[in-house]
Amino acid sequence: MKEALSISSQNPRSPLLEIWDAFRLNRGSYVALVVIIIIGLSALFAGSVAPHLPAEQYRDAFLVPPAWAEDGSLRFILGTDDIGRDILSRIIYGARVSLSTGAMVVFSSLLFGILLGLISAFNHGAIDIVIMRLMDIMLALPSLLMAIVIVAILGPSLVNAAMAVVIVQLPHFVRLTRAAAISELGKDYVIASKVAGAGTLRLMWITVLPNCMAPLIVQATLGFSSAILDLAALGFLGMGAQPPTPEWGTMLSSALQFIQRAWWVVTFPGLAILIVVLAFNLMGDGLRDALDPKLKSG
Amino acid sequence: MFRFLLTRISLIVPTFIGVTLLSFSLIRLVPGDPIELLAGERGIDPVRHAALRAQLGLDKPLLEQYWLYIQNVIQGDLGHSIVTKVSVVDEFFTLFPATIELSIFAIFLALIIGLPVGILAAVKRGSVFDYSSMGISLVGYSMPIFWWALLLMLFFSVYLGWTPVSGRISVLFYVEPVTGFLLIDSLLSDETGAFQSALSHLILPAIALGTIPLAVIARMTRSSMLEVLAEDYIRTARAKGLAPWRVIIIHALRNALIPVITVIGLQVGVLFAGAILTETIFAWPGIGKWLIESVQRRDYPVLQGGVLLIATVVMLINLLVDLMYGLINPRIRR
Repeated sequence: MKEALSISSQNPRSPLLEIWDAFRLNRGSYVALVVIIIIGLSALFAGSVAPHLPAEQYRDAFLVPPAWAEDGSLRFILGTDDIGRDILSRIIYGARVSLSTGAMVVFSSLLFGILLGLISAFNHGAIDIVIMRLMDIMLALPSLLMAIVIVAILGPSLVNAAMAVVIVQLPHFVRLTRAAAISELGKDYVIASKVAGAGTLRLMWITVLPNCMAPLIVQATLGFSSAILDLAALGFLGMGAQPPTPEWGTMLSSALQFIQRAWWVVTFPGLAILIVVLAFNLMGDGLRDALDPKLKSG
Repeated sequence: MFRFLLTRISLIVPTFIGVTLLSFSLIRLVPGDPIELLAGERGIDPVRHAALRAQLGLDKPLLEQYWLYIQNVIQGDLGHSIVTKVSVVDEFFTLFPATIELSIFAIFLALIIGLPVGILAAVKRGSVFDYSSMGISLVGYSMPIFWWALLLMLFFSVYLGWTPVSGRISVLFYVEPVTGFLLIDSLLSDETGAFQSALSHLILPAIALGTIPLAVIARMTRSSMLEVLAEDYIRTARAKGLAPWRVIIIHALRNALIPVITVIGLQVGVLFAGAILTETIFAWPGIGKWLIESVQRRDYPVLQGGVLLIATVVMLINLLVDLMYGLINPRIRR
């Protein structure tokens, strides 16, 4: 009797802590989270972390190789580009551009995706069909091509590229929200809430939505990595951020002509993209396992 | 089966209409006057402006314009390129084989490496091979392929000098286009060395383009193989005393391949998106490079036509994959 009492009086672990415990078990995702935090902090404090200003041109140092190579100097650890700008500093400031745009893109497509998905799930008939057909049309084009079409209409710039990526990612969030909401709608607690007199808006946002968040959070993490990839690809094709913005893809495209002479100009910005994308993919995997043990792979 | 076929086909009709709407409105959504956009920076005199407006049908009401556009599309007329004056459909079909050749080769590479790696990783679950191959495939999956293409070029073409930097075949050769696929055409022609030249041009772009599908196929094969290997019928097969490889290849793989095939079908869109980047970097004369150039030159008819044609191709391939899936897996034919 005493034993039973002591068990029931124990505070249950909060759900967030439980998720955190499950997440921590996955070593890869844990490392990825640390990497993301480090990159995020250095992007935030780029002013004090970066050794030079991103646009500062050193006229005595064109195409200087990285520090460990012959002719390299510790002044420019990852070397300089064709007009004497420090590559490391540009990559650090570039993290600011990529991470903030990526975050904005994911946040907006998540928001609009949830909105449209919930509307679709709560309205059988015409509205549902129209929204879902629209999403199908958007998915009919390969994502990068769709983004290129949108940029071709709006004109090349970082903001337009970001808008294009939001539109490209939208269908995934809409479909996920709709599917999750529809499966929740038939459950007893929703019906009980309806019987208790909850209005549609309350049902949508307070009753149903919180229970649909797990797949959406995972998709948002994975969407972050594909947003960064797409933005860099658009920048590389000259349709995203315009030079001299230190955006990673844009840096690569202007380095293209020096590929024969200066490997470091091409190597490091791409490595930065790879590391960030990889970290977000790893974290997405870990989050999926932690949030939904049913989906656990392997 | 017939019902299944009909529902699948009827589902793509509204999507196709939607894509024609997108392509139709593309030039009309660009801020500013379409004719002045087409004329470029030199400007255009008012008489010619009005004539062009009438010629392109832009003076008619929007609904009628769309009706005319649909009629043209159904007749296979997607207008002419502003730069080259060649019909968009003709240009598309001259360049399309190059993209198909590259994509097929890329998928082929992805399959011959990805399938065995995935199977082996599943069979040797938890081994060093499993962890390292799945780690590498996660890196491959996260790869910005435009950078990967540059690295490959930097190492194999610039540093080692093994492969040419760009193009489809050395300028020394002239190969009569028969099928449009240079690998086949060069074998058919009597030029010696043409095939080697075509192959050495193809290999790097194909590796770059095949990397993401390779990673996806390896991961998918592993997880679907793991699932199948845990089934009762596999234990029965083992208990019967069949050779281990026979259980894996004959019994398990056949069922494990079903989700893998769907994933391969889904890679078609990824391949087209990748082709845009790969072709631009390797100067591969396919439709990806063609589309990017059309954006840079503001050649809107090409962009409009190209978008419509690519979307149609992607939809048809997805339909084909769906139907194939129905053939392989009778459980989903309802």
